Amino acid sequence: MDLDSLFSCFASTSCVITQTTSGFIIGMLLFLVAVGLTLIFGILKVVNFSHGVFYMIGAYLALTVYQTTGSFPLALLAGGFGAALVGLAIERAFMSRIYGANPLMQILVCYALILIFDDLARLIWGGDFRSMGMPDVFQVPPVFIFGGVAPPYYIFVIAVAAAIAIVLALVIARTRFGKIVRAAAHNPAMVSALGINTVAIYALVFAAGCLLAGLAGALAAPVRTVSPGMGFSILIESFIVTVIGGMGSIAGALVGALLIGMLRTFGALGFPLFNEGLMYIFMVMVLVIRPSGLFGKEAA
Amino acid sequence: MRALSFSRALALAAIVLGLLFALLSTTANHALMDFVIRLASLAIFATSLNLLAGYGGMVSFGHGMFYGFGAYFFALTMQRAGVSIPVAIVASILGSALLAAIVGVICVRLKEIYFSFVTLAFQMLIHATILAAMPLTGGDQGLRGGVPRPPFLGLNLSNQKQLCMFSAFLLIVCLFAMHHVVSSPFGATLRMTRDNADRAAYLGIAVDRVRLKAFIIAAVFASIGGLLQALFVSGAYPDFAYWTVSGEGIFVIMLGGTTTFLGPLLGSVLMLLLNDFVSRFTEYHGLALGSVILVVALGLRKGVGDFVVDWLSARSEADASERTKTTEAAS
Repeated sequence: MDLDSLFSCFASTSCVITQTTSGFIIGMLLFLVAVGLTLIFGILKVVNFSHGVFYMIGAYLALTVYQTTGSFPLALLAGGFGAALVGLAIERAFMSRIYGANPLMQILVCYALILIFDDLARLIWGGDFRSMGMPDVFQVPPVFIFGGVAPPYYIFVIAVAAAIAIVLALVIARTRFGKIVRAAAHNPAMVSALGINTVAIYALVFAAGCLLAGLAGALAAPVRTVSPGMGFSILIESFIVTVIGGMGSIAGALVGALLIGMLRTFGALGFPLFNEGLMYIFMVMVLVIRPSGLFGKEAA
Repeated sequence: MRALSFSRALALAAIVLGLLFALLSTTANHALMDFVIRLASLAIFATSLNLLAGYGGMVSFGHGMFYGFGAYFFALTMQRAGVSIPVAIVASILGSALLAAIVGVICVRLKEIYFSFVTLAFQMLIHATILAAMPLTGGDQGLRGGVPRPPFLGLNLSNQKQLCMFSAFLLIVCLFAMHHVVSSPFGATLRMTRDNADRAAYLGIAVDRVRLKAFIIAAVFASIGGLLQALFVSGAYPDFAYWTVSGEGIFVIMLGGTTTFLGPLLGSVLMLLLNDFVSRFTEYHGLALGSVILVVALGLRKGVGDFVVDWLSARSEADASERTKTTEAAS
């Protein structure tokens, strides 16, 4: 424990700003993964334990495309849409068979997918840790806000994630498609009886979740190491986020992700060795007080 | 689910144990003896998970925490306290029961997937604690320096054959004890809370208390599986408390079947054979294992044990209807 450094950080504005920016980028990346998880759970009623796989696929595809073409926007698109395509294939081949099945079966199939894709990544890209490096566009001096450091790339990621959060919320709340999706979450049999293809809706929602996870992986590639096991650590964190925020709630995913991001950066100062443990304790506390999460519906 | 009566199960356990001992005393095959020890550890763990998930309907995704806790607690007690092995086993059982009581009070109130999440979170918390408590546990290097194995009651567990016999003994004793739990009135109550918790509550059953008891019992047996592993490898490693232990446990009980008591034992045998077979041929262990899981999970849609039981009962039914047909034709 090193509470002194935590308190001395709170005493200086620059330290608080620096930590908050890194908390934001951790939180925003986490939000992109967690919101897919929460959407898939809310609508398909499946807990996608293999969601981290798509984050990893996005990161690797972005890395490969960036190294071959040198174009960062292209790398982002490849990461997002590549993960979405793989997700679509997996949904059709495996996930669609386990909707409504015993939760043991669902966990098992996802466990198998994690094993398979981690090994496939090792087969294709090798098992060592790889790094993409910061794209040239962002190799500029950091912005200083009240003496705190905010690298431009962090600001870019935060802006992209915030834009996605807003678009997602508008699509779900305002469009006809969003209305159908909400109806399908509520009563799929009725929606299907009204002549709407729920099978296609399910596949689309799953692919959209994978797109967001893949995009998060692509966005994370310049700032994190890319390795076959990278999907699992983010998966555990995004589970904590969705459970804290409430399964199925987009706002909950955003708040939960930012809370965890801040807990991680400030916790790293105060409890360097027990940083992860803090997250689990926080999650347990939330669940004891509100089992359905901060934004979840009651009676869960 | 047919349950054997107490005396029959006891007789069966004694016979199987006698046969195992006779068989093992003649062998000098090291691979076989290692297999028995690993099987005992895995099968005790998997059967205890089935007690919780199959009989109690509580799909724990953190059951491995008790496996890891048992391993560490036992190894540390042996290293630091210098007691005999049976004393350390009893201490580990009490320790894991206490941990399970604390974790269980929080977890058993939660339903379905929330239960899985919170148990997973506790598992990761235990794992993080083991990594952080460097001076005690050795952090990510694991607990090294060996687990002392002082002889007791004329048994010297440093001898591989005697350790193998001891593992077989523990396996049979634990299976018998767990069988007794599921066939007791408590086991019937537990299945009732799984099938219809509301109805059980209306009948005056304190549902959460039943679930908590099952949680503690399952944890105690999981810790026995873990301490056997610590005894086998003469150490304890953070991997023992990692989430993959729970994932493997779930795979084993699904592979073997959750509706028969011995399904997890069958699953453990298949899993170990599969592991040994796969790692002999390829370094892409996960790829092969994952494909097998997918085939079993999506192809059979139930465990191998359940599949065999269903197939046998379907065949005997077919036989019965065949026989009635022939008797009808004859008359």
